[in-house]
Amino acid sequence: MCKCRQRTAASTLRRLVNSFLASVGRSRWPLPTLVALGFSLAVLSRYVPIFSGYTQIILITIGINIILCVSLNLVNGYMGEFSVGHAGFMSLGAYTAAVFTTKWLPDTPALFPVAVIFGGAMAAIIGFLLALLSFKTRGDYLAIITLAFLMIVKSAWENIPYVGGPAGLLGVDKYTTLPWTFFWVVVTMLVIRNLVYSKFGRAIIAIREDEIAANAMGVRIREAKILAFIVSSFFGGVAGALYAHLNFINPKYFDIVKSTEILVMVYLGGISSLGGSILGAVVFTVLFYQLESMGLGYWRMVILSSLLILLMLFRPRGIMGMKELAWFLPGRELFTRRKS
Amino acid sequence: MLDDVLYLAQQTINALQQGSIYALIALGYTMVYGVLTMINFAHGDLFMLGAFACMLLAGLLMPIMAGFPPVLVFMVILLLVMLIIGVLGASIERLAYRPLRAAPRVSAIITALGCGLLIESLTLVIFPYSKSMPTLFKNTTFELIKFANPQDPNSPITLTVTVLQLIIICVSLALMVALDFLIRKTRYGMAMRAIAFDARTVPLMGIPVDRIISMTFLIGAGLGGAAGMLYGLAYPVIAPSMGILVGWKAFIAAVVGGIGSIRGAVLGGFILGAVEVIAVVAFDSSYRDLISYSLLLVILIFKPYGLLGQAPNQKV
Repeated sequence: MCKCRQRTAASTLRRLVNSFLASVGRSRWPLPTLVALGFSLAVLSRYVPIFSGYTQIILITIGINIILCVSLNLVNGYMGEFSVGHAGFMSLGAYTAAVFTTKWLPDTPALFPVAVIFGGAMAAIIGFLLALLSFKTRGDYLAIITLAFLMIVKSAWENIPYVGGPAGLLGVDKYTTLPWTFFWVVVTMLVIRNLVYSKFGRAIIAIREDEIAANAMGVRIREAKILAFIVSSFFGGVAGALYAHLNFINPKYFDIVKSTEILVMVYLGGISSLGGSILGAVVFTVLFYQLESMGLGYWRMVILSSLLILLMLFRPRGIMGMKELAWFLPGRELFTRRKS
Repeated sequence: MLDDVLYLAQQTINALQQGSIYALIALGYTMVYGVLTMINFAHGDLFMLGAFACMLLAGLLMPIMAGFPPVLVFMVILLLVMLIIGVLGASIERLAYRPLRAAPRVSAIITALGCGLLIESLTLVIFPYSKSMPTLFKNTTFELIKFANPQDPNSPITLTVTVLQLIIICVSLALMVALDFLIRKTRYGMAMRAIAFDARTVPLMGIPVDRIISMTFLIGAGLGGAAGMLYGLAYPVIAPSMGILVGWKAFIAAVVGGIGSIRGAVLGGFILGAVEVIAVVAFDSSYRDLISYSLLLVILIFKPYGLLGQAPNQKV
């Protein structure tokens, strides 16, 4: 009896949340307004001290985490694979962009966007090769291949003296600013949103639901998978490039723990949901820094991992799993959903 | 010439020691994968807990059992470690994995990842710095072969084996043989193989699936705990991060052998041990991970289901 009452309370809450989301999301103006507001605030913060240095670092980290989270969601959420190698793509982007700005063309901040794109492109090329490998296998074995990829990349950086070996690359210029981070977050969201609601996006989702059936229905599985991998790894590389120009880079940072952190963010926020990815990245990053400033450094991972386990037990698809904030839906999607 | 052969033999002993520990851990991964088709990412951390349990138990039992022969103390600690880690593994299954058995498989994998992270970070909270393992017995070195070195009379060419190496190899082999017997000859093993073969039909035949799965976790985690203890004795500085460092490599061993196959896990463990020793001898120790993980990729490209694994049937 008690259990029954609990269930109704939970479902009432869920209905309330859903109706709130629907009513806010029905209007189309808030998203562009928010983007414009956020961007002008970010630019303004360069000249007027709106945020303290610490807050700026947290905001930039949130931005980088959103990029990582949204791009991993494309493969792990929409395509339903289980990749654990995202930190590897991040390190590829980070090292490529950092080598570009420190060794090849130093002291030219104007070329920073080129370096970021270059880092993303490097990650995308390797992502393409990894996608070719992944056709051999599916499911758990993809997790293994991406794990091996992650370890190989990390160990390769440690053995290349040109990029500093185990000590990492030092003296990277701090080009990553709030406006640039905001810009790349918006680009990532835009590209992945448009991709997910395109023909290719349908194909990717069909692969998640049933690969063999999708193949029988005429979905070009290879093309869709390659595209998803390339886009996902490109933005992973972009996030890495942004990270590299915020801190110094050390190969030990890009290990399985970093990948796990990204996975926690994705599954915390919710799979197959752009809004969920943002939510996950914000909640995770804020919790992470908050716990650290409370002097609970060692307890941080204890709390975050128990959170992940509890979430999987009671809400396996994450906070916003399979649900999308209506702002992120294209207009035609909104129309069909309202009718049904 | 002769010293080359002896050097090779010496490295073979090292490879056997390393490989038998990997094989013991890999068995736990592969057993769980066999019955649940799930990667138990928490297994590496159970291995790490095995080393810590051994350290704590040794501190507790060594003063009490001071009068007994060291072999007895070693056996008692080994059994207790296996029991504790086994029960822990089975309780993780009961609390975290069983409620998710009907859920999508990715949720179970993520829960396992979370459990591993939780164990590691909790251990890190309790033991922030690496600990040193107490010595359970006197580690005598036997010289199997000894020749006078023609170039340098003061340093003879020897082939040595330590008591510890012998114990590690013998205990691991004994555990592997016992496990193989258990799986091939007993009713429990038959039930386990049946679940791996067809998990949906087996409960209809009156087999208590839940109990068999709990048993599988108990045994698999127990073997992992034993491996942790042996590893801790061989490399006496233990830290919470070794769950990731060694555990993931043992996972590779399981995959190389063909995950789900018991004999494959043993084979994979010894192959990995050999490859690591070769990598260190031929190149440099910093290339060890690079080479062992590249080997994994190459094997997966040519044999996608491992050396002894079988491709699953795909149904629409």
